[in-house]
Amino acid sequence: MSMRTPLKNVRRLGSAKEGADHFWQQRVTAVANIFLGLFFVWLIANTSGQEYEVVKGWLANPLVAISLLLMISSGMYHMRLGMQVIIEDYVDAESIKIVLLMLNTFFAIAVGLASAFAIFKINFGA
Amino acid sequence: MYNSETGQIGKARPLSPHLYVYKPEINMLMSIIHRATGAALYFGTIMLAIWLIAASSGSEPFQFVNSLFATLPGRLVMLGYTWAFLHHMFGGIRHFIWDVGYAFDLPSINFLCWLTLIASLLCTVMIWLIAGGFEGAF
Repeated sequence: MSMRTPLKNVRRLGSAKEGADHFWQQRVTAVANIFLGLFFVWLIANTSGQEYEVVKGWLANPLVAISLLLMISSGMYHMRLGMQVIIEDYVDAESIKIVLLMLNTFFAIAVGLASAFAIFKINFGA
Repeated sequence: MYNSETGQIGKARPLSPHLYVYKPEINMLMSIIHRATGAALYFGTIMLAIWLIAASSGSEPFQFVNSLFATLPGRLVMLGYTWAFLHHMFGGIRHFIWDVGYAFDLPSINFLCWLTLIASLLCTVMIWLIAGGFEGAF
């Protein structure tokens, strides 16, 4: 006989209270990253060794800028989830673990926002 | 009772067998590399941010950052980053195949793991040859 209430089964959230969200978000961003990452490889291959004005021209193209912003958002989300698992796997001490999990979030958001800011500046700035 | 050797309360408990008791297998190695490349890609995003900020700051900062990437160590890091991305991507696709319930028999597992490694190495070299990344490096 199961000790679970029908409500618990319906919610499907499990003991961590977040169900399969982590798994699913990792997969959704992974699919996006295949296309966005290959786009990025293509972009770098085309801009490497080019003059500043040429590279700036590429980055000022709306399609390139939007794709880069998408890659940065999806990439940062994906890598934050991945690093979270690494930290949870290897760090035993609760206090250090919580600090590292916070730093993980700070890192992903800071790098993502700095990159996005640069793209906005190239497209809208002086 | 506090155990000063283990730093835990109570008697030392038996540990589950760890990596060293197993014979190295290709799927084990690919799993480790998948995580390692993921971590490398994570920290490598700092380079993306630096590159974009340099591009948004003007010609001189951009050329300075580009000249760093163009050095031999810079190119090696870029080459490694290209491979890390491709390997993590192919590894991810392998995991998608497993996620939907296919290729769980041992021959398929070994085949897919070798394929991940070979495809990532071949594609890295191909992309760099096409993009001319090796030109003027040596």
